[in-house]
Amino acid sequence: MNLLAIWLGKLVLLALRAAGRRGTALPGLVVEKAFPRFLARRLARLPLGVVVVSGTNGKTTTTKMVATVLAQRYRVLTNDTGGNFVRGVITAVVQQSSWRGRTPADVAVLELDEAHAVRFCQVYQPDRLLLLNVLRDQLDRFGEIDTTAQLLGTVAARTTRHVVVNRDDPRLVAVARELTAEVSYFGVAAALRPQFPTDEEMYGGEVAISELKAAVELLALELGETTELTLRIGDAEESLTLHAEGAHNAQNAAGAAALALTFGLDAATITAGLRAVQPAFGRGQSFNLAGRRVVLQLVKNPAGFRQSLRTVPGLRPAATVIAINDDYADGRDLSWLWDVEFAPLLQGNSGRLVTTGTRAADMAVRLHYDGLTADRIDPDLAGAVQQAAADVAPGETVVVFSTYTAMWQLHQVLARLTGTELR
Amino acid sequence: MSARKLTLVHLYPREMNIYGDTGNVLVLSKRLQWRGLDAEVVRVQVGDPLPAGTDILLGGGGQDAAQGEIGRDFVSRGPELRAMADDGVVMLTICGSYQLLGHHFRTKDGRTIEGVGVLDVITTGSDQRLIGNNSIDTPWGRLVGFENHSGLTELGAGVRPLGATEPGRGNNGSDRTEGAVRANVFGTYLHGPVLAKSPQFADELLRRAYARRGSNADLEPLDDSLALAAADVASHRPR
Repeated sequence: MNLLAIWLGKLVLLALRAAGRRGTALPGLVVEKAFPRFLARRLARLPLGVVVVSGTNGKTTTTKMVATVLAQRYRVLTNDTGGNFVRGVITAVVQQSSWRGRTPADVAVLELDEAHAVRFCQVYQPDRLLLLNVLRDQLDRFGEIDTTAQLLGTVAARTTRHVVVNRDDPRLVAVARELTAEVSYFGVAAALRPQFPTDEEMYGGEVAISELKAAVELLALELGETTELTLRIGDAEESLTLHAEGAHNAQNAAGAAALALTFGLDAATITAGLRAVQPAFGRGQSFNLAGRRVVLQLVKNPAGFRQSLRTVPGLRPAATVIAINDDYADGRDLSWLWDVEFAPLLQGNSGRLVTTGTRAADMAVRLHYDGLTADRIDPDLAGAVQQAAADVAPGETVVVFSTYTAMWQLHQVLARLTGTELR
Repeated sequence: MSARKLTLVHLYPREMNIYGDTGNVLVLSKRLQWRGLDAEVVRVQVGDPLPAGTDILLGGGGQDAAQGEIGRDFVSRGPELRAMADDGVVMLTICGSYQLLGHHFRTKDGRTIEGVGVLDVITTGSDQRLIGNNSIDTPWGRLVGFENHSGLTELGAGVRPLGATEPGRGNNGSDRTEGAVRANVFGTYLHGPVLAKSPQFADELLRRAYARRGSNADLEPLDDSLALAAADVASHRPR
């Protein structure tokens, strides 16, 4: 039966590829309908079980970190193609299995968004869970942050062995207190805490310093051309350069390291793994467009956008493009753009400013109220980015901040135009 | 223009901020600044006193749970807020703040959260959530924003609706009304923030604040073509 399921999935994948499409949902859907218990049976065979990574921000890159670190020691199955829902997981299993029905993996590391993580847990109880953060994101989908926290609470309660939690996120700490599974924490040192404000702390009041003991702690962080950090992993201190740039990724590296500790990996192995992590799809990827370096940064919510903007002074762009779509996957509500302060980071650092996407005009209004003027407003994504690159000298950098659906479109356009991807 | 400094109060910025309504404070203060007019923004948290010279009071939406946290503090300000409203202080309240400006909020599980009774409205929690882009026409131009609420609000005789809307939207999804207005007090479910793409309404609030102070309320026109273009795009987007 398992063999049939894998063949069926692989045939759908081949058919899609023949049609020139990449599918993360359809093969999984077909297999799920025909063999509803395939996924659970296949995952149950993994000797080291299943790790789920969830939270609002940083799931994709952190999943990549955990997978890369664990790959230092084990064979890892992961859904790194962006299919962060149950059917995407099935597709990943099918893809990474052989035609003879073998899935050569010791452990699965799965990225799941909050709602799909709940669905996944009804199919399979994960052994380990890494919870990154609960932030404002796509509230029009889930309703409220507290609702999102409840979803993660449900997932945590279904996790059998170990839950790793960001101690600096009060909503997640509240979730962790309710658990029977073993809990450990990761966090940032008190001196760094003001660089990682919660949504509430943005609006005044003291930054709360957690008293919980962290298994892994971010001790030092330097953001420049590269992201340099020091982690305390257990009792060892390790310094490294992270290729996935930005403060948020440094914080998530602490989470990935804490999760790896639950497998008994030592600090040196974990650090070697983190050093090997490459940026995930659309998260700081670079393209060479006619001699200009175009850096694509996904932005989905205020906290993520604020963190991404902090990379701008280090990148010294000659042009900055902000691409805002409002399709379902982006979230239809754009009011969150008003919870991001643009002036302090873009003033004098951004080069030419361009807004694009369906809500290019909205974004220009937002900049206007922060005292910044969009030099160009062009809803056409591909045209705007090409023009922005053409308007700067060869060798210069263009940074593109982009919402989810705009990022997919731009990624396709850039891949087609450049044929190459740097790094 | 002999205008004095306006005092803008942002009520509960820490608890009632999740939908970008803070932007309304920024829009008003920038529109004053661009005209060379002075404004002071005072953030009032739980327990803080309200400034005596408040000209405009702004409140946003929050988590349902946060409304419980601020509820007692808000109710304790009832007499003061009612006196301010009677005195013509301009108030713009969004979503959760709008609900608490009414008589009460009856939650889904039957609890009653007391309001301050500045607006003659009552709100009842429901299982349906009204979510999506919305815009309404008012005497002060088109208001363009985004609603996201499960509380359903019924208007009493003491208020008028801010505008008319389609079924399934607005105050309660059934009576085709959106928002409420009583003299200088406004309540609406429109986030966005609403003032960003409704510049005429933003200036109306400023004008009323000056008029109440007896100042010459002739505001220099600003170039709002960008905001109006954005409003036009937004009002044609899917719900």
